[in-house]
Amino acid sequence: MSEVISSADFQSEVLEAPGKVLVDFFATWCGPCRMLAPVLEEVAAENAGVKVVKVDIDQSPDVAARYGVSSVPTLIVFTDGQVVNRAVGARPKQDVMALINA
Amino acid sequence: MDLRTTGEADVADLAVIGAGPAGMTAALYGARSGLDTVMFERLSPGGQCATTEHLENYPGYSDSTSGFDLAMKMHQQCVDFGVRTVTEEVTGVDFSVEPNLITTPFGAYRARTVIVASGATPAPLGLAGEDELRGRGVSYCATCDGNFFRGRDVAVVGGGDTAVADVIYLARICRKVYLVHRRDKLRATAIYHERLRELDNVELCWDSVCEELLTSDGAVSGVRLRNVKTDEERVLDVAALFIAVGMRPNTGFLDGDLELDQSGYVIADEMGRTAMPNVFAAGDVRVKELRQVVTAVADGANAATAAADYLDFTGA
Repeated sequence: MSEVISSADFQSEVLEAPGKVLVDFFATWCGPCRMLAPVLEEVAAENAGVKVVKVDIDQSPDVAARYGVSSVPTLIVFTDGQVVNRAVGARPKQDVMALINA
Repeated sequence: MDLRTTGEADVADLAVIGAGPAGMTAALYGARSGLDTVMFERLSPGGQCATTEHLENYPGYSDSTSGFDLAMKMHQQCVDFGVRTVTEEVTGVDFSVEPNLITTPFGAYRARTVIVASGATPAPLGLAGEDELRGRGVSYCATCDGNFFRGRDVAVVGGGDTAVADVIYLARICRKVYLVHRRDKLRATAIYHERLRELDNVELCWDSVCEELLTSDGAVSGVRLRNVKTDEERVLDVAALFIAVGMRPNTGFLDGDLELDQSGYVIADEMGRTAMPNVFAAGDVRVKELRQVVTAVADGANAATAAADYLDFTGA
């Protein structure tokens, strides 16, 4: 399972992490977030070079606000700490891969 | 077993496209009747049922039933009876070859019979900028995104059960909720009308259509309405527009391989039989009057039975 990270860990786990990190901003009560979850698990399992982490927007509203998240799920791709891509809504694996590789 | 092959040895008896209630029931009935069954799903199993917070109309279940939990139980039942689920989106089919060919971005699969149960997704309104503003004030899921607009003014467009349920939900957390509907009465079920009347922070905008999304700093700041009877215009200062204007069947991958009606639904009879003898349709994607979990599961059982009958008859 991809790790749910806290606001305190966002700096070290995402911003200071080398390479690509896919962050899933989700909520426990959000249906489409749950629909997306197994897709992200597969992406994480099949792509050793991509780190996938989750941010619970209720636990970390500060991080969600900093990145202007106003819809869940929101996916944001970071490369070496910089935002390079984002998308909103549950989407199939090929779309998530395209988001990462764009 | 790796199913990604065109070799004869790995031909499934039944491929089910879509793991909503219709597809999962079809797969369950298929597997239980002894068919080697594979089911394709682009996301988690469950379809629209899984994103329904409370199911209130599935017989035998109380109003606290979560659609997600019910869907997970259906899927576990499929797994227990030997159905294999492939989490890949079907992007193409070829029903002119035997066995049928099914393709995804990750491989190709073959099956003697196919049940199309790909469901439907919320239809867009078609406004300029609608897609770009998704996540910045445009939403198709009030329960997902309502909380981001707590204490603010929002609008819902639509007139069916989903639209009215969205208004009722949003009225609890938002300051004011406008319901924009192009007619002068709602299609929603009577029970929703009563709940709607009890809310004092809801304003109904009858005979009105959304003409334009207004933005400020890249996010929704308002919606311009036009009254279809008077042509009068009006601007609602809202931070979000929730769109609930019906569903669109997921049939793009069929690319003309099955006959569709004028709204895009697959033409099939009550047993799910299409014009292709070994291809069936079940659930929301099929032409029918009532699209509910209860009619979807019934469709699934019928279609799987018809598929099994076909295989028996042809000795395949």
